[in-house]
Amino acid sequence: MSQPESAVADAQAGGPAQESLAALAERYGLRRAIARPTLPAYLRQLWDRRHFIVTYATSKNVSNYSESALGQLWQVLTPLLNAAVYWLMFGVILAQSKSIENYPAFLITGVMVFTFTQRTVTGGAKSISGNLSLIRALHFPRATLPLAYAIQELQILGWSMGVLIVLVLITGEPISWLWLLIPVALIFQFVFNLGASLFMARIGAFVRDISQLLPFILRTWLYASGVFYMISDKTRGLPSALRWALEFNPAAAYIEFMRDLLIYQRFPERWAWVTCIFWAVFAAIGGFWYFWRAEERYGRG
Amino acid sequence: MADVMQEPLSEELSKMTVGTPTVIVDDLHIVYKVYGAASKSKGNAANALGRIVRRQGRPEMKEVHAVRGVSFVANHGEAIGIIGRNGSGKSTLLRAIAGLLPAHKGAVYTNGQPSLLGVNAALMKELTGERNIVLGCYAMGMSPAETREKYDEIVDFSGIGDFIQFPMSTYSSGMGARLRFAISSAKTHDVLLIDEALATGDREFKKKSKDRIMQMRESAGTVFLVAHNLDVIEETCNRVIWLHKGKIKMIGDPQEVLEAYNRV
Repeated sequence: MSQPESAVADAQAGGPAQESLAALAERYGLRRAIARPTLPAYLRQLWDRRHFIVTYATSKNVSNYSESALGQLWQVLTPLLNAAVYWLMFGVILAQSKSIENYPAFLITGVMVFTFTQRTVTGGAKSISGNLSLIRALHFPRATLPLAYAIQELQILGWSMGVLIVLVLITGEPISWLWLLIPVALIFQFVFNLGASLFMARIGAFVRDISQLLPFILRTWLYASGVFYMISDKTRGLPSALRWALEFNPAAAYIEFMRDLLIYQRFPERWAWVTCIFWAVFAAIGGFWYFWRAEERYGRG
Repeated sequence: MADVMQEPLSEELSKMTVGTPTVIVDDLHIVYKVYGAASKSKGNAANALGRIVRRQGRPEMKEVHAVRGVSFVANHGEAIGIIGRNGSGKSTLLRAIAGLLPAHKGAVYTNGQPSLLGVNAALMKELTGERNIVLGCYAMGMSPAETREKYDEIVDFSGIGDFIQFPMSTYSSGMGARLRFAISSAKTHDVLLIDEALATGDREFKKKSKDRIMQMRESAGTVFLVAHNLDVIEETCNRVIWLHKGKIKMIGDPQEVLEAYNRV
């Protein structure tokens, strides 16, 4: 069916009818419309889009809260209410607090740190599949979207960190020089989140059902990460391999790191530094590479 | 009106180097998946897990073979109209040329980056017109300096005045369309793809946007135009592709093709 038309088109282009269109394209130096850029070129393209990434993240934050009466106040209220619910459950009803000193601060720190990762990963999983119209309309490096979602969560985190610090002070912890390390801890975690969300973005783009399963996976992760209890208390009797696996959990590592700084006023152990940095580097490189490998296929379905 | 439009075009064409191909579409097939909307009723984790394990799609997922073996060559300085019924694959073909939809089979070869004229998906109706202009310009890949430079021009062209400070959700549909067109036409392109539904708004704005399209045609190497309004195609294009069910039914001189199209 297409044969006669291509012959007509060829004749109009002034090329010989026998020459294949691919050869014609090569002769005039035309490239395939969809070709994955090399990794360095891709990184450069992403850097060129930095203004879009930040503006898109900010705009989404503004627009998300514009419908509710309290507006952006919800960015503070949501983490507070979350912490209150968990405190009621684990602090009062299940009376976990007996064995842990300053349980409210312990719990709120865990909830806030975990929520940061949880929300970024959830957003990342939806970043491609929820923006198909944008992907099908404009040309831009697709990693822009998971990156924008991660930055959006970072902006929200700014609010919850403020709340967290006020609450920790209210529960009677003193201000410490170690608090200057908090941004460092957050950078590690942010880089890890970024990698995890790039990874989930590709999965979410092609395995649609993941959005139904993700809440269960994340809740399991939440319970395994020592948000409500001290991991070292629970793992005392376990075989060392299992204990190692539980403590190597990135979410647990970032939570413990933050608790060391905020509550216990102690410099995190070398093991904690190694774990936090390892996960950040591993997730960022792995996630980015994995996402980039499918760059030309996003938007197809 | 038609005379006014056609005179500058033929002059323009003779000046350009007609004959160098800018877009080559080689036996292109596009297949995409469509998901049913009933995701709420499928919110069962066990079902979802089962489908992932069995590597099945959703039961309501469908594959649509939208473009079935299209081949043609577009040259520098051409304006090509694409016509056809709803669902004949016009917009899909345009998106494939823009490099936004991957080819199932075959290929699209282009010179430079073809751009689709359309920024709608990046805008957010809860935000003010001002913020949306900045967001839209960044989404099209413009730098902050370029955006600042074009900002006033966009506001003037859209002609919505003080409403620019209000959220887009408060705009009338005509005002929204004007702002969207003003933003998306602020950038210059090598290969320009124009989907229909541009000529919204009142008569004055229609004329303004038509002039703008002509202007962009002069700066762009090749223009593709999808429209249901056949007058626009006849006035602005030098070649017309008639798509029918994803295949080219006819390609050639606008008058011949449109005549044949109108007979059906």
